[in-house]
Amino acid sequence: MTDATSSNIPSGKKHATSLVAQDARTKRRNAAEARFRAYGVAAIVVAILALIGLVSSILYNGSSAFRQTFITMEVYLDPAKLDKDGSGNLEKIAKVSTFGYAPLIAKGFEKKFEENPNLVVEGLNAKKAAKMISKEGPAELRRMVLANPALIGQTVKVEFLANGRIDGYFKGRVTPETAKLDKNVSPEQLMLADKLKEAGLLKTRFNFGFLTRADASENRPEAAGLGVAILGSFYMMLVVLCLTLPIGVAASIYLEEFAPKNWITDIVEVNISNLAAVPSIVFGILGLAIFINFAGLPQSAPIVGGLVLTLMTLPTIIIATRASLKAVPPSIRDAALGVGASKMQAVFHHVLPLAAPGILTGTIIGLAQALGETAPLLLIGMVAFVREYPAAPPEGFFDPAAALPVQVYNWTQRSDPAFVERASGAIIVLLVFLLAMNAIAIILRRRFERRW
Amino acid sequence: MYDAPKLEANVEQNDIKINAKNVQVYYGATHAIKDVNIDIEDKTVTAFIGPSGCGKSTFLRCLNRMNDTIDVCRVEGDILLDGEDIYDKRVDPVQLRAKVGMVFQKPNPFPKSIYDNIAYGPRIHGLAKNKADLDEIVEKSLRRGAIWNEVKDRLHEPGTGLSGGQQQRLCIARAVATEPEVLLMDEPCSALDPIATAQVEELIDELRGRYSVVIVTHSMQQAARVSQKTAFFHLGNLVEYDDTATIFTNPKDERTESYITGRIG
Amino acid sequence: MSAGLVILAVVVIATLGFFLGRSRAIRSAEGDVRKLHSLPNYYGQTVFLFSAVPALLVTFAWLLLQPLYVESQVSGMITASDIPEGGSLSLVMADVRRISTGLDLAVSSGNLTEGQFSAMRADTTDVRAKLGELGVAVASEVKQNVFEAAKAYRAQTGTLRMAMTVVALVLALGGALLAMMRITPEFRARNVSEAAVKALLILSSMVAILTTVGIIFSLLFETSNFFRLYPAKDFFFNLTWNPQFTGGSDLGIAPLLWGTLYVSFVALVFAVPIGLLVAVYLSEYASRRVRSVVKPAIEVLAGIPTIVYGLFALITVGPLLRDYFAEPLGLGTSSSSVMTAGVVMGIMLIPFVSSLSDDVINAVPQAMRDGSYGLGATQSETVKQVILPAALPGIVGAILLAASRAIGETMIVVMGAGAAAKLSLNPFEAMTTITVKIVSQLTGDTEFASPETLVAFALGLSLFVVTLGLNILALYIVRKYREQYE
Repeated sequence: MTDATSSNIPSGKKHATSLVAQDARTKRRNAAEARFRAYGVAAIVVAILALIGLVSSILYNGSSAFRQTFITMEVYLDPAKLDKDGSGNLEKIAKVSTFGYAPLIAKGFEKKFEENPNLVVEGLNAKKAAKMISKEGPAELRRMVLANPALIGQTVKVEFLANGRIDGYFKGRVTPETAKLDKNVSPEQLMLADKLKEAGLLKTRFNFGFLTRADASENRPEAAGLGVAILGSFYMMLVVLCLTLPIGVAASIYLEEFAPKNWITDIVEVNISNLAAVPSIVFGILGLAIFINFAGLPQSAPIVGGLVLTLMTLPTIIIATRASLKAVPPSIRDAALGVGASKMQAVFHHVLPLAAPGILTGTIIGLAQALGETAPLLLIGMVAFVREYPAAPPEGFFDPAAALPVQVYNWTQRSDPAFVERASGAIIVLLVFLLAMNAIAIILRRRFERRW
Repeated sequence: MYDAPKLEANVEQNDIKINAKNVQVYYGATHAIKDVNIDIEDKTVTAFIGPSGCGKSTFLRCLNRMNDTIDVCRVEGDILLDGEDIYDKRVDPVQLRAKVGMVFQKPNPFPKSIYDNIAYGPRIHGLAKNKADLDEIVEKSLRRGAIWNEVKDRLHEPGTGLSGGQQQRLCIARAVATEPEVLLMDEPCSALDPIATAQVEELIDELRGRYSVVIVTHSMQQAARVSQKTAFFHLGNLVEYDDTATIFTNPKDERTESYITGRIG
Repeated sequence: MSAGLVILAVVVIATLGFFLGRSRAIRSAEGDVRKLHSLPNYYGQTVFLFSAVPALLVTFAWLLLQPLYVESQVSGMITASDIPEGGSLSLVMADVRRISTGLDLAVSSGNLTEGQFSAMRADTTDVRAKLGELGVAVASEVKQNVFEAAKAYRAQTGTLRMAMTVVALVLALGGALLAMMRITPEFRARNVSEAAVKALLILSSMVAILTTVGIIFSLLFETSNFFRLYPAKDFFFNLTWNPQFTGGSDLGIAPLLWGTLYVSFVALVFAVPIGLLVAVYLSEYASRRVRSVVKPAIEVLAGIPTIVYGLFALITVGPLLRDYFAEPLGLGTSSSSVMTAGVVMGIMLIPFVSSLSDDVINAVPQAMRDGSYGLGATQSETVKQVILPAALPGIVGAILLAASRAIGETMIVVMGAGAAAKLSLNPFEAMTTITVKIVSQLTGDTEFASPETLVAFALGLSLFVVTLGLNILALYIVRKYREQYE
C-alpha cells in the first residue's frame, strides 16, 4: 500500500507536477511574500526607532537637569552693611535689598583669593568672579538672613547655585571658545571654575531643587524648578478625579443599565463618542469663554484647569466604564433580580463592584491623559509666570499655579539654552509620573482582571 | 497497519491518493491525533465520522497543511500525496493547497462579487492566460459547483448576498476552480437547512467522478448517503476504516458499534 | 457665610436627616422593621436626598449667576469717562472686583472698619497704595466712580451671599422636614430614593450634552461678535493673515487652513502606510511573543503626551531636518517647518492608526483567511486581496479619525511648524496652522474685545466643524463596517 507512487496520478491534470519542486510562479509569489513581510518588519522597526529616538533625545537632553553646579563660599555678613544701626530691627534689615547682598559675596571671593593665591586668575577680579554665582544667590542669602537675623556679624558657609553658564561648562554646553563670544561668561571665569573644582569648592551634584523650587526668571535658569508646576498639576488632578469619577460612573451606569433605547440616548451616545475626538484646544476655548469670561473664575487657577480637563477626560472615562460594565455578564444581574432585588440594587450591589477594577483602570488612564494635556491650559492662562506656591486646598485651587506640561512649553519659549535642558528634565519628570500611573493601571488590571 | 487488519481484502481498484503513516498531532501539550494510518483513494468519497473532539477535523486539516496557520500545532509522521511527503521541507504549502482544496464548515464567500470569488484562486495561481480564459474557468467551476444556473445572471453581485446553500456551493465551486486533485470538506452541511444539504450532497456525489473527496461529518446518515469509505475516529485514534456499507452494517470494533447505534457520541 | 461653609452646613443637615429619618421609620413600625415597606436605610436616604439635592443645586446655580447679576447692576455706575484709553469695560470691571476683594481683605485683617472705608474717597486717599500694602495689585489709578462701584459691588455681593445662605439652609431644612413628615410604614421609600438616584444618574449623563452645548454656544457667540467687527467674507476669502495691534488687520483663514492641511497631509503620508503595515504585521504575521513585546511598545507611543512630541520636534527633529535636508538642498534655513511638524505628528499618529486598523483587521472573520489559505493563497495575497478589501471601510474610518486628530493637534505644531502664515509649497519652510494661531491670539496681550482676539473663536469654530464632520463620518463608516460582520 505504501508503494502508491506518482505513476498513479490521473493524467490530464494541469497540476501534474511534483510538489517538491517550486515552479517559477510560486517562486515569484514567495518572493513577493518575503518582500511584503520585510515591509512589515521595516514599519515596526521605524516605529520602534522613533520611540527610541524620542526617549533617548529627551533623556540625553534632560538628564543633566537633575544635576546642578554649586559653589561653596564663605560669606561674612557684615553688620555695617546689613544692620547699620545695630538695632537688630527686622524691618530695618528687610530694607536692605538683594543688591545690598551681592557685594558680600564678592568680598567672600576676595578673601578666598587672599587665602589661596592658586585660585587667582589673571584678569578676573573678585567682583567679576562673584558673577559666577547665580543671580539667585544674593536673594537666597537675604532670605537666610531675614529668617535668622542673629547670623549678622558671623561668617557663614553657603552653597550657592552657580550661574547657568558655569553650570553649562560642566555639562559641556559652554566651552572657552563660546565663552569668548558670550557676554554673560568669560574664559577667565571658566578657568576659575576649574580651579574651584580642584579646590573642592565647586561641585556638580544631584539637584533636588529642580523638583521643589519655583520657576525663575529668564536670566537665572539655574534656579528654575518644577515645584509650583508639580503642585499645580497635582491640584488639577485632584479636581479631575473628584469630578470625573462620580459623574463618569453615574453617567455610564445610566447609559449602560437604565437608559431606554430612544433618540435621546442615541444623541447622548453619539455625542460622547464625538466629544472624545474633539481637539483638546477647543476645550481650552470653552474653558476661557465659560469658566473665566462668563463665570468669572480666576485665570491660571488649578480649579479652572481641573474643570476643563474634567470635561475633556469625561468621555474617556465614560467609554472605559461602560466597557467594564458591559463585561459583567447578564447572568449576574438576572441572579440578583431573581432573588427580588430592585434593578438599582442589582447594579449597585453586584454589577458595580464587579466592574470596579475596570473602572479604576480606565480612570487612571484618563487621569494620565489629562496630566499630559497642554493646549487647553495655555488658553486659560496657565502660561503665566508663577513664582508663588498655591496655598493649601481649598483656597489653593483658586490661586495661580503652573502645570507640568505647560511649564515645559514655557521653558522652551525662553532664549537661554539652559532652559532646553530644564524643559527636557521636566518632560522626564512628567514621563515618570505617567509611567507610574500606567504601571498602576496595568497592575490593577492584571491583579483583578476576571474572564467570564 | 490498521486497527482492523482485515480491511485490505476489501480495497477496491481505485488508486491511492493520500497515504498517511504514523501521524501524530500535538496542540501544545495535548496529543490530538494518535498514530493514525490511512490510505485515501482517488475518485472516492471518504467520510470521517466520530464524536466531537475526536480529531477528525484536525486530521483533515493536516491533509492540506491548514494547521500550519496555528502556532501551537505540531505534526509528526508522514502524509504522502501521490507518493510525495507533503510535510517535506521543500514543499510549499501554497502549491499544496492548490492541489488539495478545502471547503469549510460555514460558507465563507469573500466580500467580493460571485465572479471574483471564483476567479480569486485561478488569478493567484496564474491559471488563466486572458480574460476569456478566466471567464471560461469561472463558468466551468460554477457548473461543477451546480450553481451556474442560479447565478449566471448576477455574476457581479456580491457573493455574500446568496442564500446559505448557494454560498456553500459557491465555495465548492471556488475550491474546484483551482483544479485540485483532492477536495477536503469540513462538515460542509452543518450550517445548512435540509434542502440545501440535499443539494450539496448531490453535488458531492457528482464530484466523485473527478476528485478524491474527503468529508468530515457529524451526521452518520450523511456519511452513509455520500461516502464509499468511512473512517471512524475516537479520542484521536482511527478506530476503524472500511467500506461504508461494512462500517454501518458490520462494524468490527465495539466502539464503532456503540457510536453507530448511538450509545456514545 | 462662605460658599464652602454653606455647602458643609447643608451636608450636615442632610446627614442628620438621614439618621432622624431612619429612626423615625423604625419608630413608626414600632420597632418591627418587617412592617416597613423598605429597609430603614432607604427612609434615611430619602430624607438625605430631599434635603441635600435641592439646596446644593440652588447654591451652585446661585454661585454661578450671582457675579453676573451683580456685575450688570454695578457696571451701570461706570461712565464712559472712567474707561481709560485703549481699555474696556471688562478691564475696569476686573479692577472693580479686585478692589472689592481688597476691601474685604482690609476689613477682615482689621486694617479698616466698615465705617472708615465707606467714608473713604478715591480722590482723597491713595486707594491703590493702600491696597498694594495688602498685596492686592490694581493696574491703574483708582477713579472715584470705580471705587464707588467697588463699594457697591462689595455691598451687593455681601447681601446676596447672605440671601443665598438663608435660602440654602431653608431649603435643606424644609426638604428634610417634608421628607420626614411623609414617613409611614407604607411609604415606598426605596422607590422614591431610587427614583431620585436615577434622576442624579440622568443628570450626570447630561453633562456630556451640556459640554457640547457649551462648546457650540461659546464658539458661536464670540464668533458672531467677531463677524460684527470683521466681515465674514474677508475671513473666509482673504488670502493674507496679518494681525496688527493698531487695527486694520488682515485675518484671512486661507493661509492657516493651508498650513493645517499641509502638515496633516505630511503626517498622514508618514503615519498611514507605517501604521497600516504595523497593524497587518502584528495581526497576521507576528508570533505571539513578538506581538506581546511590540504591541505594548507601540502603545507606549500612544500614551506619550503631545508636549513631548513637541519638544522632540523643537530640539531634535527640527535641527536635524534643517542641517541634513533643508540647508544642503537649499530649501530653507528654518528648523521649524511643515516637514518637522508633519514627521513628528506622523510618529504620534502611527500607534493611533495601527491600533485602530488592528481592531478592524481582527474584526475580519477567520473564515475569510481560511477560505483564502485553503485555495492556496500566500499570506500577503490573503492580506492584500481578501483582508484589506474586507477591512477597507474600517481602515478608511481609522484614517479619517487620524486626519481629524492631525488637524486638531496643537502642541506639535506650536513648537514645530512655526508662526509665519504663508501659502507656500516648500515643505521645509515654516508655516502656521489654525491651532497655532488660536493659541497665539488668545495668549497674547491684545484686548479681548478686539477682532485680533475674537478671531480665535472663529478659528476654533472652523476647527470644531471640520473635525466634528470628520469624526461623525468616520464613526458612521466604522459602525456600518462593524455591523457587516456582527
